[in-house]
Amino acid sequence: MSVNQQAHTGPPYGQPQPGYQGYQQPAYGGQPLPGVPQSQYGAYNGPMPGYQQPVPPQGYFPSLGFPSKGSPVSLNSDTSSLAPNFIGSLRAPPTSGAPPPATGASLPSGHLAYSQFGHGDVQNGIPASAAPMQRPPASQPFLPGSAPTPVSQTSTFQQYGPPPASVQQLSNHMAGMTIGSTTASAPPPAGLGYGPPTSVPPVSGSFSATGSGLYTPYTASQGPPPTSVSQGLPLAQPPFLGQPISTQRLPTQVPGFAPPPSSTGIGPSSYSPATGAPRPPTMPGPPLSGQTVAGPPTSQPNHISSPPPPSTMSGPHPGPPMSGLHGPPPPTHPPQPGYQMQQNGSFGQVRGPQPNYGGAYPGTPNYGSQPGPPPPPKRLDPDSIPSPQLNELPPQQKPRHRIDPDAIPSPIQVIEDDRSNRGSEPFVTGVRGQVPPLVTTNFLVKDQGNASPRYIRCTSYNIPCTSDMAKQSQVPLAAVIKPLATLPPEETLPYLVDHGESGPVRCNRCKAYMCPFMQFIEGGRRFQCCFCSCVTEVPPHYFQHLDHTGKRVDFYDRPELSLGSYEFLATVDYCKNNKFPSPPAFIFMIDVSYNAVKSGLVRLICEELKSLLDYLPREGNMEESAIRVGFVTYNKVLHFYNVKSSLAQPQMMVVSDVADMFVPLLDGFLVNVNESRTVIASLLDQIPEMFADTRETETVFAPVIQAGLEALKAAECAGKLFIFHTSLPIAEAPGKLKNRDDKKLINTDKEKTLFQPQTSFYNNLAKDCVAQGCCVDLFLFPNQYLDVATLGVVTYQTGGSIYKYAYFQLETDQDRFLNDLRRDVQKEVGFDAVMRVRTSTGIRATDFFGAFYMSNTTDVEMAGLDCDKTITVEFKHDDKLSEDSGALLQCALLYTSCAGQRRLRIHNLSLNCCTQLADLYRNCETDTLINYLAKYAYRGVLGSPVKTVRDALINQCAQILACYRKNCASPSSAGQLILPECMKLLPVYLNCVLKSDVLQPGPEVTTDDRAYIRQLVTSMDVAETNVFFYPRLLPLTKADVDSDSLPAAIRNSEERLSKGDIYLLENGLNIFVWVGVNVQQGLIQNLFGVSSFSQISNALSTLPVLENPFSKKVRSIVDMLQVQRSRYMKLIIVKQEDKLEMLFKHFLVEDKSLSGGASYVDFLCHMHKEIRQLLS
Amino acid sequence: MATYLEFIQQNEERDGVRFSWNVWPSSRLEATRMVVPLACLLTPLKERLDLPPVQYEPVLCSRPTCKAVLNPLCQVDYRAKLWACNFCFQRNQFPPAYAGISEVNQPAELMPQFSTIEYIVQRGPQTPMIFLYVVDTCLEEEDLQALKESLQMSLSLLPADALVGLITFGRMVQVHELSCEGISKSYVFRGTKDLTAKQIQDMLGLSRPAVPLQPGRPLQTPEQPVISSRFLQPVHKIDMNLTDLLGELQRDPWPVTQGKRPLRSTGVALSIAVGLLEGTFPNTGARIMLFTGGPPTQGPGMVVGDELKTPIRSWHDIEKDNARFMRKATKHYETLANRTAANGHCIDIYACALDQTGLLEMKCCANLTGGHMVMGDSFNTSLFKQTFQRVFNKGFNGEFRMAFGASLDVKTSRELKIAGAIGPCTSLNAKGPCVSENELGVGGTSQWKICSLDPSTTLAIYFEVVNQHNAPIPQGGRGAVQFVTQYQHSNTQKRIRVTTIARNWADAQSQLQHIEAAFDQEAAAVLMARLGVYRAESEEGPDVLRWLDRQLIRLCQKFGQYNKDDPNSFRLSESFSLYPQFMFHLRRSPFLQVFNNSPDESSYYRHHFARQDLTQSLIMIQPILYAYSFHGPPEPVLLDSSSILPDRILLMDTFFQIVIYLGETIAQWQKAGYQDMPEYENFKHLLQAPLDDAQEILQTRFPMPRYIHTEHGGSQARFLLSKVNPSQTHNNLYAWGQVS
Repeated sequence: MSVNQQAHTGPPYGQPQPGYQGYQQPAYGGQPLPGVPQSQYGAYNGPMPGYQQPVPPQGYFPSLGFPSKGSPVSLNSDTSSLAPNFIGSLRAPPTSGAPPPATGASLPSGHLAYSQFGHGDVQNGIPASAAPMQRPPASQPFLPGSAPTPVSQTSTFQQYGPPPASVQQLSNHMAGMTIGSTTASAPPPAGLGYGPPTSVPPVSGSFSATGSGLYTPYTASQGPPPTSVSQGLPLAQPPFLGQPISTQRLPTQVPGFAPPPSSTGIGPSSYSPATGAPRPPTMPGPPLSGQTVAGPPTSQPNHISSPPPPSTMSGPHPGPPMSGLHGPPPPTHPPQPGYQMQQNGSFGQVRGPQPNYGGAYPGTPNYGSQPGPPPPPKRLDPDSIPSPQLNELPPQQKPRHRIDPDAIPSPIQVIEDDRSNRGSEPFVTGVRGQVPPLVTTNFLVKDQGNASPRYIRCTSYNIPCTSDMAKQSQVPLAAVIKPLATLPPEETLPYLVDHGESGPVRCNRCKAYMCPFMQFIEGGRRFQCCFCSCVTEVPPHYFQHLDHTGKRVDFYDRPELSLGSYEFLATVDYCKNNKFPSPPAFIFMIDVSYNAVKSGLVRLICEELKSLLDYLPREGNMEESAIRVGFVTYNKVLHFYNVKSSLAQPQMMVVSDVADMFVPLLDGFLVNVNESRTVIASLLDQIPEMFADTRETETVFAPVIQAGLEALKAAECAGKLFIFHTSLPIAEAPGKLKNRDDKKLINTDKEKTLFQPQTSFYNNLAKDCVAQGCCVDLFLFPNQYLDVATLGVVTYQTGGSIYKYAYFQLETDQDRFLNDLRRDVQKEVGFDAVMRVRTSTGIRATDFFGAFYMSNTTDVEMAGLDCDKTITVEFKHDDKLSEDSGALLQCALLYTSCAGQRRLRIHNLSLNCCTQLADLYRNCETDTLINYLAKYAYRGVLGSPVKTVRDALINQCAQILACYRKNCASPSSAGQLILPECMKLLPVYLNCVLKSDVLQPGPEVTTDDRAYIRQLVTSMDVAETNVFFYPRLLPLTKADVDSDSLPAAIRNSEERLSKGDIYLLENGLNIFVWVGVNVQQGLIQNLFGVSSFSQISNALSTLPVLENPFSKKVRSIVDMLQVQRSRYMKLIIVKQEDKLEMLFKHFLVEDKSLSGGASYVDFLCHMHKEIRQLLS
Repeated sequence: MATYLEFIQQNEERDGVRFSWNVWPSSRLEATRMVVPLACLLTPLKERLDLPPVQYEPVLCSRPTCKAVLNPLCQVDYRAKLWACNFCFQRNQFPPAYAGISEVNQPAELMPQFSTIEYIVQRGPQTPMIFLYVVDTCLEEEDLQALKESLQMSLSLLPADALVGLITFGRMVQVHELSCEGISKSYVFRGTKDLTAKQIQDMLGLSRPAVPLQPGRPLQTPEQPVISSRFLQPVHKIDMNLTDLLGELQRDPWPVTQGKRPLRSTGVALSIAVGLLEGTFPNTGARIMLFTGGPPTQGPGMVVGDELKTPIRSWHDIEKDNARFMRKATKHYETLANRTAANGHCIDIYACALDQTGLLEMKCCANLTGGHMVMGDSFNTSLFKQTFQRVFNKGFNGEFRMAFGASLDVKTSRELKIAGAIGPCTSLNAKGPCVSENELGVGGTSQWKICSLDPSTTLAIYFEVVNQHNAPIPQGGRGAVQFVTQYQHSNTQKRIRVTTIARNWADAQSQLQHIEAAFDQEAAAVLMARLGVYRAESEEGPDVLRWLDRQLIRLCQKFGQYNKDDPNSFRLSESFSLYPQFMFHLRRSPFLQVFNNSPDESSYYRHHFARQDLTQSLIMIQPILYAYSFHGPPEPVLLDSSSILPDRILLMDTFFQIVIYLGETIAQWQKAGYQDMPEYENFKHLLQAPLDDAQEILQTRFPMPRYIHTEHGGSQARFLLSKVNPSQTHNNLYAWGQVS
């Protein structure tokens, strides 16, 4: 909520950032925009609280609980307050709560500071949201006197007021948010104080109070709080919302507040100062704004706290927990609210995150621009919700009213900001520990010694020096590695380095490969390993003199010395059995049981293969692919085909002994496509004919894989099996399965069994496959349950892919399947791969997620690894790291190329290390974090009840955020939700993960779907998880038919849909085209070629090809999206109010889901509650 | 005793039966004192030019335990239309169809000349003959090519409606489906895994699917021919297809590393062939024809490992109990053979290799089912080619000389019981009143199954006289035996051949001369030899020899005339005169002596010995030696080293080999080229005469003998030298005299 208030913060941030930049990363500075996002962050924090509040109402128990406590309200306040605090805390040895008091004195200054901070932090306080929130900590230090104090004061104030007010505030915020968003009008009021609040006011005077302005509001809030508190929070939020908006505007409007606005503006300036030693100075500068911000936040915090005490201002105490916070806040710093908005957390960390912040903050700019809507109040006052009334009120009502969705951190905004901030300049990897642009941003990468983020992304680019810190923060240290990622054409592929017979140069001890971080000493005669510090002689043939800087003279001539990613040609020592590998083989294994034949699938596959075989992957400039192909069909028995070129007609060999599979022929099974072209063609013609009359419905499965495995064994090569399978393998054979689907198990302790394989048979089989380098790709065409969880085991462990086409119908699914097949066959793939991740002393790769097999604890083995597969690696400390030397990762992948060449691909990445938690939080990447958390959780469901997994997930995130709140954010009311700038999207994304089909299945989700998605996600890269969990929603009717650009995405909420528009939603698996009931007939005619809404067929699987600009545009958008994804997405036409809409709504992830998933707002409130509990 | 010789010959020609004794001792005690058991050689399908089959059902005795067939020996009351069974004395009504019989209007089966009669009966569906080729592909290219050609050629010899199937094996076993167009299809089995018939049928899709009731699908129409004929198709439909398929057969593609034998899954291939037929055509005439070029080296039935450094078992190994795989393999093939026999199918083994191929282990497959066993050095020899072609020879009436699924039922009059049979048959375990407790050969039954037989297939059937000494048979009493052979004729008809014979009883005390005179020493020799060989299969060689010796001694004791301690006074009557000679050569024969023979060869020889008719058997026991010289027309000479003279050409026929041996002088003459000189044309004729005679034998003999043309001092002369009685040797004429 408040978080959203990017606007406020934004501006400040942007400016501040520069300063920050100085501090942290130049890059930041570079990215003025970041400032904006930051503001958003601030908003977030705000919203958060708000959320909570709303939550309660909605039924989020938490919120309810909150209400009682009043905490919700406080949330808002918290955020706001936090922001300030943060700032203070961060900079000034944050805690120095002392400053706050001082600040109290100089509210304005404080505000400013806050605002700045807020910006940075993107804190909650919607009001404060603006900049203030930002890690006020910094501000504090900076302006211990003025800024901080104010903050503190504010916070206290807030608390006081807030508690009661908080509720109100929250509600206000909420209202404000919503209101703000809805009506621009809000802004003005907000400006003053939460004009919005006023609107809200009804609910609680507090709101008005809080909202009012921050200042006024405060007072008001304080006064009202008590009363309001009860109801309040929600109300409070509205005000907040208002505030946010107001804050933004406030600055300008209100004198006091003015600062805020100014803060935004100022913020920047302040920031700049901040950057340097500046902080203090900056702080001061911004103070006003900051203060304002801070004010709000404080108020919020108060609120939160207050809520508990709902009883009264005094209650602030409520905040017994909060109280502490409250205490200080009391000094109402209404203004602070604004600050709050600017999430402190983010600020504090801002440095790193700044960029993001910038993005977030853009809010500020937004403010300017979005006066109305954006007013993302950063804070939510859960407390406000708690208000008695709230309790009484149906949850829905309250929440709705309380928190303005626009006020909470918006993924869209963050993405947009990052895109505009960082999309224009190439990302140069030369500097250690740089946070790359978001995955949603198009950017070029210049490799100057670190691996491109396309290969490796980390959850944090600044690793805590000690395990204690790491544990404290709970931020997982993980890298998401995509070793064979496809690069855009503008970027160069890794160079292939051939060191001849001696092979790559490696460290004697840890066997790390030569890389840019190796230190040459003794005039170049030896080098010291950057991972283990062992000194190794440079082999004579590799010797080179050093220049005056200690660099080798040939530094730029050798990729392994100057680049982050490169390849070595492996010597025979790196090959299995000390023999160079043969070129790999592809074996196509087609189910020819009744279902497959009847659906036309067999014919389709055979037809497609005829042409597809000419497009097998080939290496470099080779004229023809070295890959050999083989064919198998099967039902209850297997049919092998001899397609030797010398034969007049293909020979079919039936193996019925499925219990003991073997390959019946040696010569002629795997053939070169060109040589055997006619025989293959004849075979592919024959197959559909031969089985046209089949009545066999039963299939086997394990023997099919065994057959492929045996064939590869016999041919002594690695390879890939393409299995096209339709049904549960119930025929008598090893690996026979029974239908054990049982939806009743959902939400029981036994639910995990649905994800586990039925039998361990497939695990053993997978092991054998991996040993041989036999990768299995599975195309499933089920009409009913076929136990993906079991069938997928081998695929999963061999690094293969599963594609699933439920209820396959030729007409509708043909394109999708063929496109997937083509891509799957053609894509770059490495075989018989082994990956090891080496790290510098101090951390160690401890856990791995992805599609692979591990026979020991360090080597990731994959029978096949294609360009879309990702491995997530988690690191743990086993010693201390040093800030000076940082931390290094080296990912070495040994694989066989598609031409049978054995190679080593090396990716190196250097990370910073920190002794301050703030640095950690400032250099995080939420998308990557979510990628890790999702994979972690998805693996967790194998062993624990889903509920446990969900709780653990929530708990971990709460801890992360609480740690931030506690250690990095400026002190503020506990009622405030303060989010680190870099993580302000964590709650929304986390909520998406929690709501995903795996963790919270809806009634229409099949067990197979869940297992399928579970496995799918495990191999996803960051970009895929990002869009998978938070789908992209594009208003097609807003698309500019004349440009190539996509229309601006909107947030995934039904509220955002207009009946008169057409939208496109994509999540990497599906594309929905949603048509509102009131869409103009002309558009319908243009797009669907029918005259009315009712005539649109939702059986369409493609859009009709019509010659008009709109149709062309939409189709080009769809095509563009299809190209971006590794799988061809299924296109589904959804008409509003149609049955299918339910399905569609499932993907509106910010809304409450049918299966019980929380709405974003509710979840935010819940998170806030969790955090508060942790803090208390 | 010309009369007896004529009698014997007549009987043989009419009935295909030769008894060891043609007048039977009337009591049990006396019978045992005769030493040579009362037994007969029966050639059930002896070709009879003058035997038109009758087209109706035989009339059976109504007593359930008897069921003898009406025959000329029965008492008939033409007025009452009754007949009395001559075995059980049951009085039976003639069936209605016989209402019109009278002394002058007798049905054929009552006429004395029809002591052997053949009925054609209508029973069950007529199914065409089935030939299932089981082909080893682990052959040398040349061998495989020759084999493929032989197989392709054989298709033209089959009746058009015969069903054929093809299984190939090497490391894997492939069952070829013959009905597919555009693609050749085969089912492949691993060569190392034994499968039950059920599994095989399931895997081949032969078991009737448990009709999955799928809505919307056409109901399964009964298509039984379709299912069963996927692998077995009428020749006329798929001969082109199969010819191509055979043409495309490749050597087993799996690599054979240095020092290894190719992996050959004969055991599984046979098992699958058996299972295939068992599931599709039980109790129908079918031949599984196994062509193998080496020993089974893997899976069930493996005879030797694939390491070349370990040679295949020899007799020496077997005696030392060193043949690792023998027992298991034998068991495997025995199981298969018994199953095959139970289904009425037969297994032929055509083994062509320079080394052993495991016939020892596999012999039962052919022995128990009446299949052929052929052993050669290569498929690319005329021995194999001709022999294989001869399998499809037709008889005088244009019908294939093969019949299937026969069962032989033997009925005896009360004084006799059946002790057993030796030949290519298995017991049907039909216990009955006429089954003796003492077994000789395959006993304990009065019925045997002969899955495949040809007109020369001959069984030895042993009887026991059970009449007690104190219950003398009245003068003129006759004992009777009826052989009822039901079989599937090669033209798919079901036929029953009934042979009823009777012999006089005689009291050995008072009428020993009669009995003695009616002794058929040739038949007796063969019958004793069969017993000996049968024993040799399970007993130590020396024990068998001792047993034979003792029998001979006892016989001589009983029938010889001599003065004690005076060897020179020993005399045997004419009807016994040749018998000791037969025994002498039998002792030296490869049937009882394993020295110098591989276990495979022994099995091969014994196989043939146990099924050939009397004449051939005698040749086997005592090879025939003809001498050609300028001194007169060709004459048989003693099988003795003294018969080897420089100016003679010798032709020896051992059944398995035909040896032409040129004496020293003749050889020199030939080298000098005299035969090419017009003035020595007589010499040319002399040289040619044995060749022509040999050719005649070669033309008719099955399996085709090994043809050896050698001369004095030639290495191949050993074949002759090893057979002749070594009365004279190169170094000492007398030192070896102990063998008389």
